[in-house]
Amino acid sequence: MAPPDARLEEPHTTDAFVPDLYRVEAVRRELSDTVTLELAPISGTRPAYAPGQFNMLYAFGVGEIAISISGNHESGNRFIHTVRDVGAVSGAICRSAPGDVLGLRGPFGVGWPVAAAEGSDVMFVAGGLGLAPLRPAILEVLENRARYDRVAILFGTRNPADMLFRHQLESWRQRLDIEVEVTVDHADPDWHGHVGVVPGLIPHVMFDPAETVAFVCGPEVMMRFTATALTAAGVASERIHLSMERNMKCAIGICGHCQFGPDFVCKDGPVMRYDRIAEILALREI
Amino acid sequence: MHGLDVTLEEHPFFAGFSPDQNRIVSGCARNHKFDAGHYLFREGDPANEFFLIRHGRVALEIVSPGQAPVVIATLGKGEIVGASWLVPPYRWMFDARAVELTRAIGIDAACLRGKCDADAQLGYEMMKRFLPVLVKRLNATRLQLLDVYGKR
Repeated sequence: MAPPDARLEEPHTTDAFVPDLYRVEAVRRELSDTVTLELAPISGTRPAYAPGQFNMLYAFGVGEIAISISGNHESGNRFIHTVRDVGAVSGAICRSAPGDVLGLRGPFGVGWPVAAAEGSDVMFVAGGLGLAPLRPAILEVLENRARYDRVAILFGTRNPADMLFRHQLESWRQRLDIEVEVTVDHADPDWHGHVGVVPGLIPHVMFDPAETVAFVCGPEVMMRFTATALTAAGVASERIHLSMERNMKCAIGICGHCQFGPDFVCKDGPVMRYDRIAEILALREI
Repeated sequence: MHGLDVTLEEHPFFAGFSPDQNRIVSGCARNHKFDAGHYLFREGDPANEFFLIRHGRVALEIVSPGQAPVVIATLGKGEIVGASWLVPPYRWMFDARAVELTRAIGIDAACLRGKCDADAQLGYEMMKRFLPVLVKRLNATRLQLLDVYGKR
């Protein structure tokens, strides 16, 4: 009989498949189908993480999904996750109540290059729920505001009623050291802001393109249009970072479900440089 | 105080125009001020003029009978309002409402069409500026139609 594959016996691989138990400490409803959960480990301390990383959240008896971390270190010994009810697992997680227990594996993946962007202008471009994975990076940049030049947050959403983190956006907008622009796809005349797609906001805040680093997160089509608009404005493709989403299962680059060309989104992403993925981003076979 | 030719020269839409071309176009131009809530034009009206926004914001709206108007796009500083003056029957397809105090340069459409007919180079320069705007808006509209933020 052939000996068992030694790689499968490596402790980190084995451990990485076993979820830790986390208690739901608080649930905040963001939108009709979206909640933010605060999760604390039942024992010990939560692991450190970088903005842009994700955890695998496990609703026992239902299944497991990848969810980006949407909070920062101010959440203490808790992970903050913002989840939209789009299926069986996310629905079960969204219906969690304080005191419930979820399984959690992580954090996993490559996050936003927040430290590498120091000294640059930083443009965050978010679409819909894409603001959640960007939020830890935004908070970190704002916390260390002096280390960056100009900072802008561009946010696009479906309509004014579907605006994620509305209060936070309003408080960011009151700051004098950042630019915040919000646009919606559809609106009635009571809305006094922008109407149109989020790439259309880029000329409104365009900085020195040679000095700009862009962090983009949202539906993939929105990211493609945004990356195109940024490169058309003169931002080099290696300075544009996208948070990709694929069918993450193992989260450690073994199962291949999230393969994206030569990469695995779970291990080599989710945050990926545009110049490395631009050619395959529009391929429908990938 | 600036003349309209200088104002036009400073508008991004006319970047690269020669002084002669600026002078020709400014002969068709005049300044406008629209208070918040006032309309630049209404659907079905003759498209006699198009607008270059100097500052402010304009909403393009469509109205269905018995329903509130739907805003399909907003346009701001440096952008163009109105393309129906380019194609027969030269009638506006939307309402354009100033969302806030808006100052704009209006270009008389019949005047400019006449000058473009007489000066093919001027007409070509205008088309080179208008076409990218129209394509960009078409692409943006396609993206809006995808409803990318809806549930999949």
